[in-house]
Amino acid sequence: MSAPTKVLRAPWKELARQREGATFGIWVFLASELLFFGSLLLLYTAYRVANPEVFIAAGRETDLWYGTVNTAALMTSSLTMAVAAQAAEADMRRLTIWCLGATVLLGLMFLVFKGFEYAEDIEKNLVPGVNFALQEPAAQIFFALYWIMTAIHAIHLTVGLGLVGRLAIFGALRRIQLRDNPEVEVTALYWHLVDVIWIILYPLIYLMGRS
Amino acid sequence: MSVFMPEVASTQAAQTDGIYFALLALSAIIILLVTALILVFSIRYRRGSKAERGAMPRVMSREFEVGWTSATLFLALFIFWWVSSTQLSALVAPKDALQIHVVAKQWMWKTQHANGAREINELHVPIDTPVRLVMTSEDAIHSFFVPAFRMKKDVLPGRYTETWFQPTKLGVFHLFCAEYCGSEHSRMVGRIVVLQKDAYSRWLAAQPQGDGLAKEGEAVFRARGCSGCHAEASKVHAPNLNGLYGRPVQLADGRTVTADESYLRDSMLMPRRDIAAGYEPIMPTYAGILTEGEIISLTAYIRSLSGKEGSRK
Amino acid sequence: MTDVAVGGELPIPRDPSYLGAGYTVSSWLATTDHKRIALLYAVTITFFFFLGGIAISLVRLDLFTPTGDLLSDDTYNKLFTFHGVVMVWFFMVPSIPATFGNFLLPLMIGARDVAFPRLNLFSWYLILIGGFCTLYALIAGGVDTGWTFYTPFSTMFSNTHVIAAALGVFIAGFSSIATGVNFIATTHMLRAPGMTWFRLPLFVWAIYATSLVMVLATPVLAITLVLVIVERWLHLPIFNPEFGGDPLLFQHLFWFYSHPAVYIMVLPAMGVVSEVITCFARRRVFGYDFMVYAMVGIAVIGFLVWGHHMFVSGQSAYASIVFSFLSFVVAVPSAIKVFNWTATLYRGQIGFEAPMLYALGFLGLFTIGGLTGLFLASIPIDVHVTDTYFVVAHFHYIMVGGTVSAYFAGLHYWWPKITGRLYPDPWARFAAILMFFGFNFTFFPQFIAGYLGMPRRYHVYPPEFQVYNVLSSAGAFVLAAAYLLPPLYLGWSLIWGTRAGRNPWNATGLEWKTSSPPPRENFAAPPHVEEGPYQYHPEGFAPERHYRSQGDAA
Repeated sequence: MSAPTKVLRAPWKELARQREGATFGIWVFLASELLFFGSLLLLYTAYRVANPEVFIAAGRETDLWYGTVNTAALMTSSLTMAVAAQAAEADMRRLTIWCLGATVLLGLMFLVFKGFEYAEDIEKNLVPGVNFALQEPAAQIFFALYWIMTAIHAIHLTVGLGLVGRLAIFGALRRIQLRDNPEVEVTALYWHLVDVIWIILYPLIYLMGRS
Repeated sequence: MSVFMPEVASTQAAQTDGIYFALLALSAIIILLVTALILVFSIRYRRGSKAERGAMPRVMSREFEVGWTSATLFLALFIFWWVSSTQLSALVAPKDALQIHVVAKQWMWKTQHANGAREINELHVPIDTPVRLVMTSEDAIHSFFVPAFRMKKDVLPGRYTETWFQPTKLGVFHLFCAEYCGSEHSRMVGRIVVLQKDAYSRWLAAQPQGDGLAKEGEAVFRARGCSGCHAEASKVHAPNLNGLYGRPVQLADGRTVTADESYLRDSMLMPRRDIAAGYEPIMPTYAGILTEGEIISLTAYIRSLSGKEGSRK
Repeated sequence: MTDVAVGGELPIPRDPSYLGAGYTVSSWLATTDHKRIALLYAVTITFFFFLGGIAISLVRLDLFTPTGDLLSDDTYNKLFTFHGVVMVWFFMVPSIPATFGNFLLPLMIGARDVAFPRLNLFSWYLILIGGFCTLYALIAGGVDTGWTFYTPFSTMFSNTHVIAAALGVFIAGFSSIATGVNFIATTHMLRAPGMTWFRLPLFVWAIYATSLVMVLATPVLAITLVLVIVERWLHLPIFNPEFGGDPLLFQHLFWFYSHPAVYIMVLPAMGVVSEVITCFARRRVFGYDFMVYAMVGIAVIGFLVWGHHMFVSGQSAYASIVFSFLSFVVAVPSAIKVFNWTATLYRGQIGFEAPMLYALGFLGLFTIGGLTGLFLASIPIDVHVTDTYFVVAHFHYIMVGGTVSAYFAGLHYWWPKITGRLYPDPWARFAAILMFFGFNFTFFPQFIAGYLGMPRRYHVYPPEFQVYNVLSSAGAFVLAAAYLLPPLYLGWSLIWGTRAGRNPWNATGLEWKTSSPPPRENFAAPPHVEEGPYQYHPEGFAPERHYRSQGDAA
């Protein structure tokens, strides 16, 4: 087996500083993601304020079961990811790889359930268009935002799965070193962002009109 | 029209030009000052010249910097205050303004007077009379721009926008579309014709029109079944439209809004949106059923119901 | 390796220059050297600059006559749209940050490279892909929405390649964000020992402030474009009034990015001007602290003024008043900078080489452009002149008179450092002066035409506006000629220019301590900084030995 790829790279002279730099960089990137999703949320809010009853009525059509199970899965995956990051710090290689694997599985579970949910939504004619199920025109805006927000979240989640999976697989194959690797911290923070965004989306999509 | 300035043909135009000249004067002073300083310094302190060099004079200290920063900020805020102080009061058209409906569509302007007279790409108005424009678009965003009046307002689909002006000069003035709207945007132009008041009345009377917008609206009111719920004799509990226009309306969610053109339009097209307090949300939507013209005439009809006390059959 | 104090000289590196470190195509296309990436960007943005310039040349040609004889309505609309899209996102936004920022940021702070070199290369590939996507939109028939993509025209009524164009810009946006993240991390984490924040050259502060805006504003543009694409392609209603959608929400989202975007375009230019004026006046900048606070202030307040693009849009009058107020406030830091640059000339030893001519041109043209901003911040005047040529003239004074002048100032100033060659200064000065006159000739008449009432984006226009259009179009061809000169003499210098020494301008700044061109690792020995920037001469009379002409090798 070939030696793992060197972790320290130019222009950094010390690994500790490189890790600090990577963590700093990902936090800056997360700030940009907050604005990315934030503007979508602002749009949602503006339409919600303008059409309160319609949004509440439309919100009742989402599938609470799928939404809640997915939320639980994603939050658990954040836990396993956090454990993986800590385990990598503590040089507990097997625990790290198991937890990274668990994160990937939970993330895949989210996507699979999302797929089933989407199929059900299509069957229930909740895709804005000619055969849309609900009468009120503004309900189509609720669902347009539903599809867009969940799809963009799912894309971010898929990218996250790629990042976590890469660490899991290459870490298992010893192609990359997991201990002291800035990529672990960066991936963990990204994954937590994906989770946090979902936690904000969940009540807006699933808890409308269900209090 | 002078070489540099459009004609001054409205009350607003004179005001806007006043602000413009003041800012021009200020800008000229600042540009001359900056240019003069740059030129003088460039010549006096060019490389190798004999002028005195050395440290900056003591007066150019931190306090000086704070001083000129504060002075600039104060000047900026003063200019803001001066140019804006007339804005809020100029917002709302005078109560007795002549009402004109404007519908924009790719690539033409349709204007309609209160008595129903219609024009295409033209608008006749009387001099020295406030004119209120209530405008909507049938497709993209357009913008109603009359340079001689220093007046411009975007025209949006799905809602009304409003502006007003008072012409002060007779003549014919350019009307331009000022929001890019597709292939023939630059051909979506027209004329504003300002006439003497009696000439305008004669012109208006001579226009072919129906019975007036309000009467057209009354016909639509019956034909579309509005009277089925909203007439006094109806068994359905629906808001009474007599005297409604311009009054405050208490909504189910606690807010109070004014029953203006926008409220009436939204009530016809999106009745679930602002439900009046004490009423069930049972009114069906007329989106796709009423044309823009019909909405305008219905609004004119409902407006006419405010002039009459007592019931209408 | 020992650190070397920067009071004296650094050892001259013996390694080959970064240009010589590999001659294969892949050594360029797979480089992680920030200096090579800067050159990749330079070629890319220059290509797009000329494309955008050709587009508008055709437009100005057609505008010689009021009846639009040269082009059809649709072709004209597509050409001005292409000009705007390409110039804003594929020239102006990347220009100074991605070329000079990339090349100089590590050098100026004494670092070996940026924080994330591979991400840096990826940024370039992103703008290349975005550029291809936008070019596809052009070749497939063009897009005619204007660079502002207003709904519902772009989502429901345009029959052109809106999705491809929007996608291209979307991708380019991520290039911007990645570069911003990289530069912020670099500035925070890779400064050489002794290089504290308030010893940084103003160019570094400018790039830092720009990067903050890029990271925080661009994501909003990204979402806005996604919504337009999704509404147009999948017919999911977002801005469609038929379903209760509000086209004004598009405008709020769009301008929330696009106003800070203009500060992305002007802040780096201000950084360049500070570097050039101090060097060619041989003085420290006047009021360094205030210059820093002004740039940060511009970046922050710039996020709060977007509604001044919407005074006539149907936005509430109260919102308009607030935006007008903040727009007056944001003028103040820019004014302070103009005062301070002017004060920097006082008691200097001023030379008029080409970089300085461009920088002085910036001062005048930016001041004019900025003052016309006050007109536009005044609601009654804006109601009259918005969507007319007055606005077109305003932003071109700042973007072209300002930023492009500064770009050329930087290009000439750092050319010897980047290429190791000196260009013929008389030609450069001639081009600078021709550009200044051509620019004013082109854009000043537009202020007049605008106040007279000529709307923008008009293919045909009433004949009374013709005289101003003729003047403007004639000026545009003078300006075009001026733009064609630098590629010629700069290109000439690459082969026949005198070799530059390490510091032909006798400038301060860490980039001048290393060879011209620098080696791959930038410095032979890591610098250790002991004093602030612009140590051109201490208090007291400037001694003779600082007056070197550009021919002297240090």
